[in-house]
Amino acid sequence: MNAGDIDQLKQTVADLLAEAKKQGASSAEAGVHAQQGLDVTVRLGETETIEHTNDHGLGVTVYFGNRKGSANTTDLSPAAVRETVAAACRIAKYTSEDPAAGLADPELMATDVPDLDLNHPWDIDALKAAEIARECEEAARGFDQRISNSEGATVHTQNSLFVYGNSHGFIGGYPTTRHSLSCAVLAGSGDQMQRDYWYTSDRVPESLQTASDVGIKAAERTVARLGSRKIKTTECPVLFRADLATGLLRSFFGAIRGPALYRKASFLLDHLGEIIFPDWVIVDEDPLKPQGIASAPFDNEGVATAPRKLVDGGVLQGYVLDSYSARRLGMQTTANAGGVRNARIDSTGESFEELLRRLDTGLLVTELMGQGSNTVTGDYSRGAAGFWVEDGEIAYPVEEVTVAGNLRDMFQGLLAVGADNDIPGSIDTGSWLIDRMTVAGD
Amino acid sequence: MNQALNLARQTLLEAPGLSETALSQVMDKLLSRQVDAADIYFQYSRLESWVLDDGIIKEGNHSIEQGAGLRAISGDKTGFAYTDDLILPQLLNAADAARAIAHAGQSGRQAIASRGDLPQLYAPINPLESLSENDKLELMRKLDAEARAQDPRVQQVTVSLVAVHDTVLVINDQGQLAGDVRPLVRMNVNVIVEQNGRREQGSSGGGARRALDFFLEEDRALSYAREAVRQALVNLEAVAAPAGMLPVVLGPGWPGVLLHEAVGHGLEGDFNRKGTSAFSGRIGEQVASPLCTVVDDGTLPDRRGSLSIDDEGTQTQNTVLIEKGILKGYMQDKMNARLMGMPETGNGRRESYAHLPMPRMTNTYMLPGEHDPQEIIASVDKGLYAVNFGGGQVDITSGKFVFSANEAYLIENGKIKAPVKGATLIGNGPEAMTRISMVGNDLELDSGVGTCGKEGQSVPVGVGQPTLKIDEMTIGGTAT
Repeated sequence: MNAGDIDQLKQTVADLLAEAKKQGASSAEAGVHAQQGLDVTVRLGETETIEHTNDHGLGVTVYFGNRKGSANTTDLSPAAVRETVAAACRIAKYTSEDPAAGLADPELMATDVPDLDLNHPWDIDALKAAEIARECEEAARGFDQRISNSEGATVHTQNSLFVYGNSHGFIGGYPTTRHSLSCAVLAGSGDQMQRDYWYTSDRVPESLQTASDVGIKAAERTVARLGSRKIKTTECPVLFRADLATGLLRSFFGAIRGPALYRKASFLLDHLGEIIFPDWVIVDEDPLKPQGIASAPFDNEGVATAPRKLVDGGVLQGYVLDSYSARRLGMQTTANAGGVRNARIDSTGESFEELLRRLDTGLLVTELMGQGSNTVTGDYSRGAAGFWVEDGEIAYPVEEVTVAGNLRDMFQGLLAVGADNDIPGSIDTGSWLIDRMTVAGD
Repeated sequence: MNQALNLARQTLLEAPGLSETALSQVMDKLLSRQVDAADIYFQYSRLESWVLDDGIIKEGNHSIEQGAGLRAISGDKTGFAYTDDLILPQLLNAADAARAIAHAGQSGRQAIASRGDLPQLYAPINPLESLSENDKLELMRKLDAEARAQDPRVQQVTVSLVAVHDTVLVINDQGQLAGDVRPLVRMNVNVIVEQNGRREQGSSGGGARRALDFFLEEDRALSYAREAVRQALVNLEAVAAPAGMLPVVLGPGWPGVLLHEAVGHGLEGDFNRKGTSAFSGRIGEQVASPLCTVVDDGTLPDRRGSLSIDDEGTQTQNTVLIEKGILKGYMQDKMNARLMGMPETGNGRRESYAHLPMPRMTNTYMLPGEHDPQEIIASVDKGLYAVNFGGGQVDITSGKFVFSANEAYLIENGKIKAPVKGATLIGNGPEAMTRISMVGNDLELDSGVGTCGKEGQSVPVGVGQPTLKIDEMTIGGTAT
């Protein structure tokens, strides 16, 4: 894909907007994307699957005053442009007048689109990808004799183009890339079998962790789970390892999202300016982070994005809003159409080992299962596996337990955030030490 | 020849102008290497969705997806490519990319032969056009009004309606051409209630491979509105759930998500071929109490999880997974059946043409037992009675599974007492199944709401069970 393709997608967006006007819409917005990629999986040393991905899509939303309709298709042909706009217009005949509906305000449109350095294609074919995946899996299988089986290692690379435009005259688009390498292996046998995985993901192929590092980490995580047992039901401090602490931040974002607020379906309703976390907690969002996994110079409505603090001094500074939810709440959009981009919570500075010592005796959680996080009430109850920690040292692996509490109490009871924030993905956090939760087991 | 196949040929070959000769050319390309199997999956799917929120029809969307996925298999290696352009040059390109997995050589090809002899489990209709737009929206408004009329504490009501018209055509290396037209409708009601500053939610819904009049029969959709409010009001009174091991009685129907997680995924052929499942190599062994007979049945007419043919063109069937506690069989797609030397079971499913098929469940349920449900509850001294669940998840390797109750009650001295807050239940599949000590005579299937995720692919499924008792399970509440 190249710059010429971007121009072609921009033309398609312009055609969609022109067609919407022609069919009588008072305003409209449209997005078009094209993606190409390769997925190669090696299992037990042999190439198992080679998948070539190739996706297109266009979507349009039309407004007739305050009534809205939308349509999308995988077909980018001129005929599809006409038909998709017609489908959206037909829908808009039936939706209700909604005073909050419409494009984001014109003065909020991004006026320049900074290059966030998100496009780094990986010059790789299926053979080369298989070589890397093989090296990764070999490192995992060779790490420890107790590694008994494998789900394989996968190399994934994807090039995407995306263009968004609306009838304010805004149009913007850019290419992005995303690459990853993952590995999952098994240890033990029979009813003493465990599985775990690790992965690396980045915009830039050279920034991925090495194949052997990913394999070794997958194997280490798996072997450490062997001999897991249940523990007695208890109340104790809980340390959520960094890769799972991301989920707690996601639950927080879920509770300050516009739709949860205007539907009064959030336990953090009306908490703007209130204390949510201990006073040392700072959570910020940087949508303009160069090479960031979730970076975007404008949001899904064309609104210019900017870094900001979501929590400062433990106090909630802002919600996560698009223009619709902002109007419903009598507020201004926070350029979060499409979600929170590159969130980060400040560390209290402890290493992982220091956090274990501070935990003293309690549960280290390294896996969570199920969806038991309720945004309306804050009630939290999830399946867990991990390690029992005694006197600051890992004692033995634990499985088949649950951890439960209420997110409001868990946020208030946050004792420390580790400096062990070396995890893939768009949320930057270290491990979270929480003062007290209920652990159910035997 | 069946009507669904005719319609599929019209939509996916005649409309884009693909002749049988063109189809043969593409298949020839896929087979111009040493492959053990190959197929082409054509799909044209239309989806319409509507959302009512705050008493107004807030959103509507219309979506079209079309394309073809091409697959070549050599041993246990799979090459896959797809295109959203149904034209010969793009199909040939995709065939070229997919076949690259296999060594140089040539595979035999059979003449194209239509599989017109397969029974159809649902009418090949377009549910998007089965009600007028005004009637669809009127129905949604009625549900909103019904929910609000139930109780003044109802604050928010969201009603959604989705209709899908999915047409598929699959041709394999044996020349077999099979087609299906798959209607799917779904409605859901979600409510928020408030009392003295405390807020809770409830939700209910259903669906089927039917026209939208499914929702009008016997006030079916109105009952979703009533049920959502009832559930939310129960939750307003809920106390903290217990933490620790207790006997658990599961209600009939949707709580069958237990079976989906505790045994269903672990019995999918791919995991067992690879030896990564806690059930691997255990056919013939006791894996559940003798009271348990569990089947996966893709042949129930009109059910959300049913398919006339799976996504590899194989006729679906009723497969016994566990009979009186003994593991009998796995759910298979073509590749895993061939590699394991086991029969195909019609469980090869895929989210769309852009995804590879794999063994997936259809409608998974437990056959009824002998006990009166009241008798089962009465048998429990202190325990949990769980009647409604959110989703679940399983680690097929360790066998650990969870499912989250969102309506449950304490049982004390054989009587149902106070409702408890939502809590996750966790267990080990084979262990939990062995602890089933009573099975009710009240088998119910769920109302048609299930969606199953595996390796990033979602497909509609069904679950069901009678009331049953598990002697001991860990309940993830906060009350110790």
